[in-house]
Amino acid sequence: MGSHGIRDQVAIVGMGCTAFGERWDSCTDDLLVESATAAAASAGTELGDIDAFWLGTMGSGVSGLTLSRPLRLPFKPVTRLENMCATGSESLRNACYAVASGAYDCAMAIGVEKLKDSGFSGLAGSNPPGAGDDGKDDTTAPANFSLLAPAYAAKYGVDPAELKDVLTRIAWKNHQNGAKNPRAQFRKEVPKETISKSPLVAGMLGIFDCSGVSDGSAAAIVVRAQDAHRYTDRPLYVKALSLVAGPASGLSDPGYDFTTFPEVVASARDAYRQAGITDPRTELALAEVHDCFTPTELVLMEDLGFAERGQGWKDVLSGRFDLDGDLPVNPDGGLKAFGHPIGASGLRMMFEAWLQLRGEAPEQRRLSTVSEGRSLALTHNLGGGPGECVSFVSVVGTERGVPEDRPSGPPQRGA
Amino acid sequence: MGGLVGYGAYVPYHQLERRRIAEAMGSGGGRGTRSVAGYDEDTTSMAVAAGRAALAGLTPGGSGGSGGSEGGSGGQADRGPVRQLFFATTVPAYADKTNATAVHAALRLPADALAVDMAGAVRSGVGALVTAAQSAVPTMAVLADIRTGLPGGADERDGGDGAAAFVFGGDTAGGMPVLAEIIGQGCATAEFLDRWRVPGAAASRVWEERFGEQVYGPLAEAAIADALKQAGLPPGQVDHLIVAGLPARAVNRTVRAVGVPAGAIADNHAASIGNAGTAQPGIGLADVLDRAGPDEIVLLVVLADGATALALRTTAALASHRQRQPVAAQIAAGSTALDYATFLSWRGFLDREPPRRPDPDPVAAPPAQRRADWKFGLVAARCTRCGTRSLPPGRVCRQCHAVDEMVPEPLADVPATVADYSVDRLAYTPSPPMLMVVIDFDGGGRMRCQLTDAAEDEVRIGLRVEMTFRRLVTTAGVHNYFWKARPVRGKGE
Repeated sequence: MGSHGIRDQVAIVGMGCTAFGERWDSCTDDLLVESATAAAASAGTELGDIDAFWLGTMGSGVSGLTLSRPLRLPFKPVTRLENMCATGSESLRNACYAVASGAYDCAMAIGVEKLKDSGFSGLAGSNPPGAGDDGKDDTTAPANFSLLAPAYAAKYGVDPAELKDVLTRIAWKNHQNGAKNPRAQFRKEVPKETISKSPLVAGMLGIFDCSGVSDGSAAAIVVRAQDAHRYTDRPLYVKALSLVAGPASGLSDPGYDFTTFPEVVASARDAYRQAGITDPRTELALAEVHDCFTPTELVLMEDLGFAERGQGWKDVLSGRFDLDGDLPVNPDGGLKAFGHPIGASGLRMMFEAWLQLRGEAPEQRRLSTVSEGRSLALTHNLGGGPGECVSFVSVVGTERGVPEDRPSGPPQRGA
Repeated sequence: MGGLVGYGAYVPYHQLERRRIAEAMGSGGGRGTRSVAGYDEDTTSMAVAAGRAALAGLTPGGSGGSGGSEGGSGGQADRGPVRQLFFATTVPAYADKTNATAVHAALRLPADALAVDMAGAVRSGVGALVTAAQSAVPTMAVLADIRTGLPGGADERDGGDGAAAFVFGGDTAGGMPVLAEIIGQGCATAEFLDRWRVPGAAASRVWEERFGEQVYGPLAEAAIADALKQAGLPPGQVDHLIVAGLPARAVNRTVRAVGVPAGAIADNHAASIGNAGTAQPGIGLADVLDRAGPDEIVLLVVLADGATALALRTTAALASHRQRQPVAAQIAAGSTALDYATFLSWRGFLDREPPRRPDPDPVAAPPAQRRADWKFGLVAARCTRCGTRSLPPGRVCRQCHAVDEMVPEPLADVPATVADYSVDRLAYTPSPPMLMVVIDFDGGGRMRCQLTDAAEDEVRIGLRVEMTFRRLVTTAGVHNYFWKARPVRGKGE
């Protein structure tokens, strides 16, 4: 028993990402074709040379046919999967394991979501038939995540007005970053006053505390690590992949206090162990985290070990996570400014790691942490809400560790 | 005839100041307030509230005391005695389908108890009362009504919403102490057009009241005479006279005609609740029982398509078995923050723009049936191995992971404390914004639910709440009943 990871066994050798936003001109098929062909081109390969596909989408289609049909894939294995807002990361995780197992030489992870066609504000999923009696389907995602704010303020004695400033600064920072990203849904800097005075949506959260409802797609091509240089000079080696589903008892257990995601803590611990990371604050060049709502990013800073418990708000205010901070978080604008097409978001985060670690990010958002030599990036993707969620953490890097450095695990295959 | 062994009334939290009607409509309105069922209440949910209040006072075996059962498991055994439930209203939430079954489920009455509606006419209320009183087995009559009319009209102004429930002990009183005995009854029935409504119509129609006044007069006199004769009492010995009915002129004439001392005429709550139609005699009787001493005579007269008179004599047991929250206290705990436009939207006379959100999922019949104990009765589960409560009930304990070692754990009567909250301005609700709370029950267990009967600025961490059965929303013609929290108001906390 044990979670061993597949450190340095597979690498990402190509990625594609569409522009996110209100893509009125594009259907789901268009978005898939756009990101899949871009990823293939980036790896210098053809779609026909890819052996297997994992498609992540929350609600923009069912079955592998959702991908095989628009790409006219010739009798390939295509799996469609879903794990709420962590869907895109889950497709990557499955593709990586498939390659690491030796079953396939080359796999694609691709995520897509077409949210704007519904005409609704926010997410509009469909639930299985129910009794209407669990008190959970009534409320919206911003309300569920807004629970973090009063709990955090009460536990750490932060004045609600000060906490509002903290949340505003998170949104402001991500909009600053998004303004430097041509693919982002929102490409304008937004004054703090506009953010803090935006109409309330739920609890302390205004419209500008919420991520963008968006269409988009992103894709990655995964091969065995030893094959990576046949595709690119600068592959991203997968150091850690961790996914946990919590017992979903936070909404029935009075012991849960709404100032943390225990699922994130568990997945981060697992990922750091897989990757051999002991101090994420100094080892990571950047982190792409699931900033679905501003208090989520605040709490994640503590859950991922980027800040001490109860101190994350101070680090936010001090600019530690800014583009030029000690540890840049969401340099691409995050869910907040880049937009959040569910199935694509996890791969979009990886796309920023791909650009940044390879030195391909637009100049105005290049990170000094990378130029100073840090070679690792973290992505964190979350589905659900406080009390009940799934959490994914990955670590990727440009340096391939020597095999002797690997933690002990089951016999290596496919080498 | 069986005696009364328990009673309870329910007056909604919301009160509409009548001046607000005139402010909006330019005329009408008047003084005082009327009670208003919330957007999440209907006659079924109010019947549950009154029924819970009536059952809370039952103490089988006559152990006395104030009936203060603490915690969830205390309530269950108390609810055993009731063998029949009659639910009377003019505004049934459903036709064809019985509404009393939801009340039965929420009150966790025995599965082999009869539960039926007496729906349609205002007269059904007194019909349920008389039938329950005459029953050989312990029987509950629950009366609920929502009264309104077209905007600016008299029925809107004078109407009121509320419910009342009475448990009669049957032949043996089930060993429960009798709080009041029925000592006389008189009835008179006549066919005439006084007040009527074609099913589905938004408002009642009434004939000229002077006509009704003249027809009701002799009917009331006959019924009252019969009841007092049976009781062997002259009118002068009546300590409390309650004359209920929607025909106001006829009611006033009857009050004068009975010939009781002025001090014996009970408050009709016109200035606070308004006329709650089917429930009015019940609320009036409950209010008298809240205050009456032992060995006092109560004469209840109901004018509705005829007249019915009931004479009751209170007992010494009443003083220790009154409902916990008297009618007067419920009125005092209410809020007059309700504005007229919101009132109209609640009653369906003013459509609000819905949020740009999908309609809520309709309730599916099989899951609702499988989880009826939880959905209607708020019966969770408790692990017999480690004692942890599971909400909603599940098969695996979240604490010790024991499988299938759960026993039912009723939580409807267990108070709770708000652990966290939000105000959801995007959620679909008939009356935005939605107040969402995470509540921790005394003795363990947590749930997330809506907070009702509360203003946005009242919700805070640490707020003490109690559970209330509500209609969350109606989708695809299905009412979704479930429980909400509401602030504990009044005494005791």
